[in-house]
Amino acid sequence: MPDRTPITRSLTRPLTLIDKLWNAHAITTRADGQTLLFIDRHLLHEGSFHAFNQLRERNARIARPDLTFGIADHYVPTRKASTEAAPAAHTMIAQLARNAAEFGFLSAGAADPRQGIVHVALPEQGLTLPGLSLVCGDSHTSTHGAFGAYAFGIGASEVAHVLMTQTLWQKRPDQMRITVNGTLPPGIGAKDIALHIIARIGADGAQGHAIEYAGSTIRALSMEARMTLCNLSIEAGARLGLIAPDETTFAFLKNRRFAPKAALFDRAITDWRHLTTDPDAEFDREHTINAPDIAPTVTWGTSPEQALPITGHIPNPDTMPDPNKAQAARDAIAYMDLYAGQKLTDIPIDRIFIGSCTNSRIEDLRAASVILANRTARIPGLVSPGSAAVKHQAEAEGLHHIFQAAGLEWADPGCSMCVGMNGDTVPSGERCASTTNRNFKGRQGRGSRTHLMSPAMAAAAAITGHLTDARLLRHS
Amino acid sequence: MIPFTTLTSKATALPIANIDTDQLIPARFMSQPRSAGYGAFLLHDLRHNPDGTRRDFPLNPPEAEGSAILITRRNFGCGSSREAAVYALADHGIRAVIAPSFGDIFAANSIKNGLLPAVVTEPDSERLLEAAALPGARPTTIDLAAQTITIGNLVVNFTIDRVWKTQLLEGLDDIDLTLREARLIEGFVEQDRAARPWAVPDLS
Repeated sequence: MPDRTPITRSLTRPLTLIDKLWNAHAITTRADGQTLLFIDRHLLHEGSFHAFNQLRERNARIARPDLTFGIADHYVPTRKASTEAAPAAHTMIAQLARNAAEFGFLSAGAADPRQGIVHVALPEQGLTLPGLSLVCGDSHTSTHGAFGAYAFGIGASEVAHVLMTQTLWQKRPDQMRITVNGTLPPGIGAKDIALHIIARIGADGAQGHAIEYAGSTIRALSMEARMTLCNLSIEAGARLGLIAPDETTFAFLKNRRFAPKAALFDRAITDWRHLTTDPDAEFDREHTINAPDIAPTVTWGTSPEQALPITGHIPNPDTMPDPNKAQAARDAIAYMDLYAGQKLTDIPIDRIFIGSCTNSRIEDLRAASVILANRTARIPGLVSPGSAAVKHQAEAEGLHHIFQAAGLEWADPGCSMCVGMNGDTVPSGERCASTTNRNFKGRQGRGSRTHLMSPAMAAAAAITGHLTDARLLRHS
Repeated sequence: MIPFTTLTSKATALPIANIDTDQLIPARFMSQPRSAGYGAFLLHDLRHNPDGTRRDFPLNPPEAEGSAILITRRNFGCGSSREAAVYALADHGIRAVIAPSFGDIFAANSIKNGLLPAVVTEPDSERLLEAAALPGARPTTIDLAAQTITIGNLVVNFTIDRVWKTQLLEGLDDIDLTLREARLIEGFVEQDRAARPWAVPDLS
């Protein structure tokens, strides 16, 4: 990281939302500029076991078990086939339950009605609130920024540090505002906005930065869509991404299990209304995007920045000005088995996956089901709702019948085929239209080829067997 | 943590951009206990064919053995927060990675494990890649205090956050530092209870 002098902003100067959240959690700042931040929520999953081993080595306890919440998601088998394919999964899930019992924090196991992917299921419980700081040993923790929380992913050593102290040393990040204005064209969603941004600024375009998403388009997004957008901040390299809370946020939180209730909720809303960026507050970098310019966007390569509108063609590396980008494109084209100039809609697809912390919420399933209704998929596919609650809701709406009638498999909640560590994998050489967040080589299974897209676009690919502009399949 | 001051070693050139942590260690290995060592998992699927035989890959030939330095391209360690990616590098014997940029979480995880993420400019990274790949290349020396990398006659500067530099030089452990701030933390919690009464969930 380049050496950055901490930005000092005096109290009289206008503050950004990021400044306000940072200041509210700063316990002390060292001479070297590192600030000790108080952590309001610490979320754990099965992969957190390395941190518990560090605790045992020090014979330490958890400082604040009442702010620590576990959930099984990464290793949870989502169907019978995956249970058989991943024998280690059971051990990992049992280990989380043992750690929860030994160290005394709430944790939802695979059979718990509150279970689901950590970034889907815990917001449902009202645990994510505006104005909180929140960490988890998972890079997609930026999801929780959708509520106006300061939420970021950490590694195992930092997980151990939070467990033992409920704090973290951090340097103040640079700040970037991405303003999206205007009305989104029909059929365009948060996933398209995010991939559009990443393609524009690069997979490391926001490195070292916290992002605030602003503008009329963002204001009009539902909480589900905001979570999708903030989730993908890390794929632009950002530390975190967040959105100022508003009536949409408050309405989502009202009466959630662990959200404040009655007079305390009213008090909270009064405080939360101050969580906005002051007029004239300054950002280190600004980007502006015009919503009507955004088309359904898919990735063609092996980095999320290798994304294009569905109407586009595979680029020609020989005409790229940046030699390193050209080399990366050549390498991606070879791995993905494509050719320069190929129409994106000519790319055949072998299977689809709808799920993950990015796109497995009820709205995502509705968007896919709209395309799939009364149609048949030409290729196999897996639909894994993000939580037990999403699954229950989808079944109450009859969405599972639409997926099953189309020929897709309706599975249980978990990280599933996004991470390929629980028996849900894309076979080597196969090409998957996926609503997930990473098209890295081998991410969905060794030799797998991933195209990232929205749930509607994945549904459209299922119907035609190739990448398809979902707008053409919308029922009138 | 072992302090990092200077390091002289063979360097391995890995002229690839965007090496993500899924590639550094595929997720399927992450349920293994650390005690068994993670070195064999490092870049596993790039280094091996599906049948387990070794591929033609920079880390594989005998002359790469014992190399403690990797030189690579931009956005190294992007993606998943898995600290296991650093464990795989460290257990393989890598103590420094040189690149034009790093994933933020990866870089933070590196410091916690005494591994240096050295940031160089893109032209310098290309020069170093070229120099390290020459047959019979001289060893690479990294001097953290001076922030220099030397291969033969080639000397380039690198950048690193000053806090991280101190932590690496002194081998400092954050947790011990923080535990000394217990009274400040208690004071913050006390004050915060009044300022944000809604911030602690009612678990009853």
